[in-house]
Amino acid sequence: MTVILNEGDSAGTSGAASGSPVDAAPEPDKAMTRGRLVLIRFVRNRLALVGLSVIVVLYLMAFVGPLLSPWSYDQQDYTAFLQPPYADHVFGTDKIGTDMFALVMRGLQKSLIIGLLVALISTLVAAVVGATAGYFLGAADRALMWIVDLLLVLPSFLIIAILSPLFRGESWWLLVFMLAAFQWMITARIVRGMTLTLKEREFVKAAKFMGQPARTIIAKHIVPNMASLLIIDATINVGSAVLAETGLSYFGFGVQQPDVSLGTLIGTAAESATTFPWLFLFPAGFLVVFVLAVNWVGDGLRDALDPTSTRVRKREKKDTEEKAA
Amino acid sequence: MAGFLLRRLVNYVVLALVATFLAFTLASVTFDPIGVLEQRKPPPPAATIEAKRKDLHLDQPIPQRFVTWMSGVVRGDFGHTITERPITDELGRRVGVSLRLFLLGITLGIGFGVLLGVVSAIRQYKFSDYFATLFSFVLLSTPVFVLGNLLKIGAQDINDAVGTNVLLFVGETTPNFQGTWFEHLWDRLQHLIVPTLTIALGQIAYYSRYQRSSMLDVLGSDFLRTAQAKGLTRRQALFKHGLRTALIPMATLFAFGFGLLVVGGTFTERIFNWFGMGHWLIEGISTQDTNVTATVTLFVAVCVLFSGWLADVLYAALDPRIRVN
Amino acid sequence: MTSSEILFDSPADPVVEGPVLQVEDLQVSFPSEAGRVHAVRGLSYEVSPGEVLGIVGESGSGKSVSSLAVMGLLPPSARISGSIKFQGRELIGRSDAELSKIRGRRISMVFQDPLSALTPVYTVGDQIAEAILVHRKGSVSKAAAAKRAAELLDLVGIPNAAERAKAFPHEFSGGMRQRAVIAMAIANDPDLIIADEPTTALDVTVQAQVLQLLETAQEVTGAGIVIITHDLGVVAGFADRLMVMYAGRAVETGKVDDIYSQPRMPYTLGLLGSIPRLDVGEKQALVPITGQPPSLTDLPPGCPFAPRCPMVVDACHTAEPPLINVDGSAEHHAACIRTGEIAATDTEGAEAAAEIFGAEVVEAAEIAKVPREERRVVLGLDALVKEYPVNKGVVFKRRVGTVHAVDGITFDIREGETLGLVGESGCGKTTTLMEILGLEKPMGGEISVLGTNVSELDAKRRKAIRRDMSVVFQDPMASLDPRLTIHDVIAEPMQVHGYGKDEINRRVPELMRLVGLRPEQLSRYPGEFSGGQRQRIGIARALALEPKLVVLDEPVSALDVSIQAGVINLLEELKSSLGLAYLFVAHDLSVVRHIADRVAVMYLGKIVEIGDVDSVFEAPRHPYTQALLSAIPIPDPAKERQRERILLTGDLPSPANPPSGCRFRTRCFLHASLPPEKQRTCIELEPPREVQALDHEAACHFAQIRQVL
Repeated sequence: MTVILNEGDSAGTSGAASGSPVDAAPEPDKAMTRGRLVLIRFVRNRLALVGLSVIVVLYLMAFVGPLLSPWSYDQQDYTAFLQPPYADHVFGTDKIGTDMFALVMRGLQKSLIIGLLVALISTLVAAVVGATAGYFLGAADRALMWIVDLLLVLPSFLIIAILSPLFRGESWWLLVFMLAAFQWMITARIVRGMTLTLKEREFVKAAKFMGQPARTIIAKHIVPNMASLLIIDATINVGSAVLAETGLSYFGFGVQQPDVSLGTLIGTAAESATTFPWLFLFPAGFLVVFVLAVNWVGDGLRDALDPTSTRVRKREKKDTEEKAA
Repeated sequence: MAGFLLRRLVNYVVLALVATFLAFTLASVTFDPIGVLEQRKPPPPAATIEAKRKDLHLDQPIPQRFVTWMSGVVRGDFGHTITERPITDELGRRVGVSLRLFLLGITLGIGFGVLLGVVSAIRQYKFSDYFATLFSFVLLSTPVFVLGNLLKIGAQDINDAVGTNVLLFVGETTPNFQGTWFEHLWDRLQHLIVPTLTIALGQIAYYSRYQRSSMLDVLGSDFLRTAQAKGLTRRQALFKHGLRTALIPMATLFAFGFGLLVVGGTFTERIFNWFGMGHWLIEGISTQDTNVTATVTLFVAVCVLFSGWLADVLYAALDPRIRVN
Repeated sequence: MTSSEILFDSPADPVVEGPVLQVEDLQVSFPSEAGRVHAVRGLSYEVSPGEVLGIVGESGSGKSVSSLAVMGLLPPSARISGSIKFQGRELIGRSDAELSKIRGRRISMVFQDPLSALTPVYTVGDQIAEAILVHRKGSVSKAAAAKRAAELLDLVGIPNAAERAKAFPHEFSGGMRQRAVIAMAIANDPDLIIADEPTTALDVTVQAQVLQLLETAQEVTGAGIVIITHDLGVVAGFADRLMVMYAGRAVETGKVDDIYSQPRMPYTLGLLGSIPRLDVGEKQALVPITGQPPSLTDLPPGCPFAPRCPMVVDACHTAEPPLINVDGSAEHHAACIRTGEIAATDTEGAEAAAEIFGAEVVEAAEIAKVPREERRVVLGLDALVKEYPVNKGVVFKRRVGTVHAVDGITFDIREGETLGLVGESGCGKTTTLMEILGLEKPMGGEISVLGTNVSELDAKRRKAIRRDMSVVFQDPMASLDPRLTIHDVIAEPMQVHGYGKDEINRRVPELMRLVGLRPEQLSRYPGEFSGGQRQRIGIARALALEPKLVVLDEPVSALDVSIQAGVINLLEELKSSLGLAYLFVAHDLSVVRHIADRVAVMYLGKIVEIGDVDSVFEAPRHPYTQALLSAIPIPDPAKERQRERILLTGDLPSPANPPSGCRFRTRCFLHASLPPEKQRTCIELEPPREVQALDHEAACHFAQIRQVL
């Protein structure tokens, strides 16, 4: 199966870092550094800023929140079973009297850590594998592409689910590596495609013709020039990883007892979602808000790092209207 | 061209076989049905366990087990489940259930997704674009298992408001339903609406983002300018030249979408108690049933590969540059 | 043009009095990150029926934007004011629906890039037919439109037109696509054709064909033509009047002959002086215009050219000069307060430019005075061969043919010498270059660098040889890693070859100065430099290891004319002061004539003519060289009108399936004129390279001198 992945089609939400892998230059006479330009473009995107603050708040909540809460996740309140939210238990309680806020924060912690780690590991693997395959081509490249094709036929959900009996009773670290092991392929494919383009760039040829060894060319010229793509993809991958983890956990194939994640919480609450909605809505709400924030940030980063961003036009229009008013 | 598509088909069959073999092997390695049996209380006699071991061919090496199973599959016999029921008998019914759910969902998803994407691109940075973008971002950040349960809660609210059960969300039909064929159809339809919506919404969001960016790419192209230069209005040029070209990259996405759909379908079947293939997979893994797991994997692989092949055909039909080669 | 009668309305078309197009005080601006870009600032011009107006300017001068404004094809973010009158009717402010009735019917346009100008999913015939149908719905049937489309394709010189109309754009070559776009443009017998850089992306021989075709189109339709170009040569023989644009305004307008012979604006003067001339044998001083065009976001008051002008005085900074009559002619205008002084100089044209801008001829290097035979061979190619397999099939690849990209070429370059390697795209010059730079054992033949045969190299010695040979690429945007500072870019080759840190830190600023840049800028990134500056940085990097040979791959073709001259001068100075040898690959023969000592002409993987540059250019023996030279326009209207142009037919044959015998015979005018028995020689025998004169060889059975300049 050779699904031709467009360079622009990352697993993300819209056509990822489309256009050239190397960012176009600012006007020569404007001595504005690239970093500042990117920052200005990013800050201009209000949704991305909101997303970024939401992510920061969620991380703070997940790790600081439990310290401030009077209840802990492994503590039961025998005076309150299945209580909807009220002053003592702001998120209500479950059927054995655990405070839902403490539980949801505990789950959020796990999901956020897993998401972040999986994204970092898989993006790193993708960069190394994709750049190597694209630069050297040949047998390594063919093998890689075949594995990617194969894994596209077999959704990673299916494989990890089949393997789930293996990590029953094991630490969640194993899950992190499993998730990362099945999340690098699409990014690697895009990285490979970009490497093929970059390889034809004259600065790479110049390095080759001056005698620079291949490793150095990859590390010094190829990977840094894909930084935009890698940053965007790593961000989007955080969201995908959280979704994958919670999905598996929902069915009991992911995070295992005694650990909890947002997925296990949603999974437990789903059956009675219509009768005890707070058990379901709080973890589900945190999950959706987090993934949404990550996607917004990813989109904002893409606009900021992608030189063909056309948002200026909009701003200009607004300015004109303001002046007219 | 026909030769090309035929070769691709052969390639796909090979991939499907390898994928199934992989799943079979992984399942055989990780599953421990005898262990489950031994845990039973009271423990079954040793002879029973031994008979089960023999019956499951656990005394044979895994490749041999696969060959045994596969040669059965070729003859139309998928073996039997761990509880001794023939898989073949159940397969047809299960596939029917899943396809009834998937096909409607994917048709709606592609149709409305493309439409939404085009509208969004043409009206870039206008209200309808913002609305469509927000809509798809929220949906893409909402995992199926959250969306399905939310729709369930919503459907319950609607039912409560109407005072009678209009939207049914348990199972595919009402058990022991009596009535004319029309009443049967109506009953099925009532069961179909919420699960179909669950699948279609995610698909609409997914396709609309890609259609939007592929359309935006085309909007700035030279040939669109040429079309206008010869006297077409912007609207005529957009639809006749722009949309037609922007659809090409979408063809390859359909195959991807199907892979996602199978996973999403698993959740949907589980949430709404449709006894389809996805539901079966969860059962198979929970009961550590290698044959069921491998059968579902084969089904998934065939679905994904068939849609991949369909995408090839579609691609060839849409793009003359591919057609001649 | 026999089909013209069927195709076009009779000249009895109601003739409208006055100009076809009247642009008055046109202003166009766009939003950008840095603020509003005022791309066109108060432009006024007219085009009379049947007149050809040339608009000349560098990139960013507003020439394309102004023509898109006429078509109503600017993006919605553009702000337009002023007046555009077409046959007396105002176009600004009209709706898209109204404009679409005029576009393609009365005004049509030919765009720059033929590769992307056609919709990939429809056949060429359908797209041309659409141009007819969209304006004549009801009166013309689909079948009739399709028939007309085929006739139009025939008219623009596509062989087998009826058959080819059914082909998709990707099955057409660049030249053929441009013909198809022209066919589309003349389909409705328009009154005005706007051609925006119609030949820029094309090879010279195809450029000549397309220009010829535009002339034909003009004759057939009687339309006024606006041709936009950056190349003063292209319009010299074709345009009646000329308008030179700079920073969004017209800075000089007038009759073509007046402007070329008596330019009155220093910018025009500089442009004319910066072009290397194909027809000038003795060393010519090229005028470099220093600096770069101004940013159009916030222009300071005064003449926008003042910062680059050698004649600038304080008064230039006070107000922007308007266009004024010069030389007492009502038709010749220039926007300069010192036109009178320019008119008063003794010299005219390029000579005046050299005088005013202070350009000098670069002295030849010491080593060049040593007879050629006594100098060391820096690079030697002997019967070099490079072939690519043509594969088919996706899963099971099978070889179905061979591309003979380079098929046995032989030449050598000696110390202090420049060899120009020229030919159209696809002739194999880039492949040759890559083979040389790769330093791998060739598929056939030999490559030797400084006497060392490349096939015998091990990894270590290969790396050592890389010190003696460096490369400068064509695209200044792509040749520097955007993520490295300039210091790191220039230092990289020295790091690779183990220079010490101190030595690198000493040498990098030295190299910057050598290429005419300030060392203070070393901590900047390539993105902050202009194209010309980046090319200089690329040259500095190439010189870092003090090589003997520098391979230059189209080093100036991506640069604006005014910048190009400065880089050429730099290359010449470096060659002279450092005693370098250059392998200069180019498609622009004028540049080669200026810079090279010897020239090799390639066609389909073979060298058809090689030798001393003056001998080859003044007395070309091979018909291909003759055609190539005759296709290049000379920026001199009088000369250009008299020149005989040899038009090659068709496109380059595929190197996978080259013609038997002489590879050029399928397009050769000489071959076509020969009697059958002589033609047989061409078909059956591959012509060997034979000595024609001192240091001048050509590979033609019937070589004869033909002067084409």
